[in-house]
Amino acid sequence: MSVAANTIAHQVPPSKAGPSAFIQRLRQGDEIAHLITLTFAAGILLITSLLVYELWRNSHLSRAQFGWMFLWTRVWDPNFDNYGALPFIYGTLVTSAVALVIALPLGLASAIFLSELAPRSISNIISFLIDLLAAVPSVIYGLLGIFIVVPLMRTTLGPLLINTVGNVPFIGALFKGPNYGVGFLTAGIVLAIMVVPFIISVSREVLLTVPREQREAALALGATRWESTWQVVLPWARTGIMGSVFLALARALGETMAVTMVIGNAPNISASLFSPGDTIASTIANQFTEATGDLYLSALIELGLVLFLITFILNGLARILIVATERGGGRPA
Amino acid sequence: MKKTLLVVWLLLGVAAITAMSAGNVLLNAAGATFPYPIYSKWFDVYHAAHPDVQINYQSIGSGGGIRQLQAGTVDFGASDGPMSDEQLSQSKFKILHFPTVLGADVPSYNIAGVSTELNFTQNALAGIFLGSVTKWNDPEMTKANPGVNLPNADIVVIHRSDGSGTTYIWTDFLSKVSDQWKNKVGKGTSVNWPVGLGGKGNEGVSGLVKQTPNAIGYIELVYAAQNGIAFGKVQNAAGKFVKADLASVTAAAAADAKNMPADFRVSITNASGPQSYPISSFTWLLIPAQIKDTAKRDAIKDFLKWMLTEGQKYNEGLTYAQLPKEVVAKEMQAISLIQ
Repeated sequence: MSVAANTIAHQVPPSKAGPSAFIQRLRQGDEIAHLITLTFAAGILLITSLLVYELWRNSHLSRAQFGWMFLWTRVWDPNFDNYGALPFIYGTLVTSAVALVIALPLGLASAIFLSELAPRSISNIISFLIDLLAAVPSVIYGLLGIFIVVPLMRTTLGPLLINTVGNVPFIGALFKGPNYGVGFLTAGIVLAIMVVPFIISVSREVLLTVPREQREAALALGATRWESTWQVVLPWARTGIMGSVFLALARALGETMAVTMVIGNAPNISASLFSPGDTIASTIANQFTEATGDLYLSALIELGLVLFLITFILNGLARILIVATERGGGRPA
Repeated sequence: MKKTLLVVWLLLGVAAITAMSAGNVLLNAAGATFPYPIYSKWFDVYHAAHPDVQINYQSIGSGGGIRQLQAGTVDFGASDGPMSDEQLSQSKFKILHFPTVLGADVPSYNIAGVSTELNFTQNALAGIFLGSVTKWNDPEMTKANPGVNLPNADIVVIHRSDGSGTTYIWTDFLSKVSDQWKNKVGKGTSVNWPVGLGGKGNEGVSGLVKQTPNAIGYIELVYAAQNGIAFGKVQNAAGKFVKADLASVTAAAAADAKNMPADFRVSITNASGPQSYPISSFTWLLIPAQIKDTAKRDAIKDFLKWMLTEGQKYNEGLTYAQLPKEVVAKEMQAISLIQ
């Protein structure tokens, strides 16, 4: 402490004020840094509120015309100026749910392998490749969907699911009906491929931060490697893993290009995952450029507001879930 | 090497300064995507011949073009569908329509074992897109295609998912030939489709048609021609089955030229005449009737004259049909309305 103070005192040109004035200036520097960071942080808040304000203001016509019914009606008819968002809300939630159901086990298992089981050198190479995957533009995933997933779904995977799971009571309803190759399931699969790198990458980092003593203690108590991973490491990393899942969910909810290329773009609400559907983001992207009527444009902007609200609510729920699990155990915060 | 670079930079500098100097006109325009290839060709060639006039065109879609023109952010707009009476009355200034080129939509299909060109009656197309004709061997199809072995398979309808002038032309035609379509669905750049899947852009629709067995979709003639996609004939108002090509599309425009309204806002779908292809349409430039900046006004008027004469020669190279002579003559007169 005193050494450091001396060094600093030496660097300061001998001025009339002496060291106390320098410390004064340092304090001012702190204040400046405080002010700068505060400004930028406030900037984020400002951008978010401006976004909500603009969406709210520009959707005025549509909100005045349809009120809450906008969320509950199924017709989307630009010719007769009648707009309801339900099929798009449904499509957004269903495709994102399908994506998470597929991506979570896949991503978590890969992350466990990379952090717990694989040799460090291999793990590093694979992680590098996975980080690359996370940066691939979504239109590339869309093309992958069109040329590989859609034909596979129509000729092989779809018929297989219809003939097997389709006959199981209750769940079977999800896998019935005409199969065009495009639809909720295909969009969900493409989304899963897109978000899995996020889950792997973040979960692996989180798992690597679990102290080695935790694993060693479990092993010393006679746990197998699997028991140590499942009962000690995973609960410790629970919060971070959930964070990765919600990051993935956010990406899936807002994805536009890849989804619109494989979902079939028809505003349907159907139990069958083979049915073509539509999502909020893809509808806005599809129709915004040619939307001429004022009410039409306003309804599209209200769709954007609805998507924002869905993301907001799901993020809020995520926070509550994380707080709840922290209380129930896991890593001390 | 370095010297060459220096010279290049000097020349660029000189060019930039000349471009900034007085007497040059920069026109901003925005709108329809369908005529974008021919428009960018025109603006390029015109700029080469008139270095003092430069036209920036952004193909943001007809809806965006109309909005930007009304907001005054561009000097002129472009649209695949004429502006409605309501839109015109909402504008703060008078807007003139000038037809530029002709386009058409064609039905493209994918039926295993059928390689012949199918004939589509007007009722068949309306029925298929309404969802009332559901099988390929429906009597409406078989009676128009004697000798073709149409399968007993469900028709998969493919339409555009994005708002588009192509959809406007297609639904305008269906509205004219089917009252049920007109009352239930109507015409527009996006409609509430009774059946089918959506593909984004011509490439999305033709991709889905190619991939999906027993599918039918509509695509632009230009796109079909440039990509070698096969398509069917459509029955016209005279009852003849006509294949879309440059001649049959121009014939459709010529057939109704005498009935052309003074403001050029006309639909030529289901045009009369035995040679007319029935799913054709003009695409328009939208020009303010009053332009205060004289340099801009003169430039726009001169460009319009050039486009109607010289410019039309570039159409067919890009598979756009030429305007009929009668329409060109009427437009030449209308240029004087710009003041």
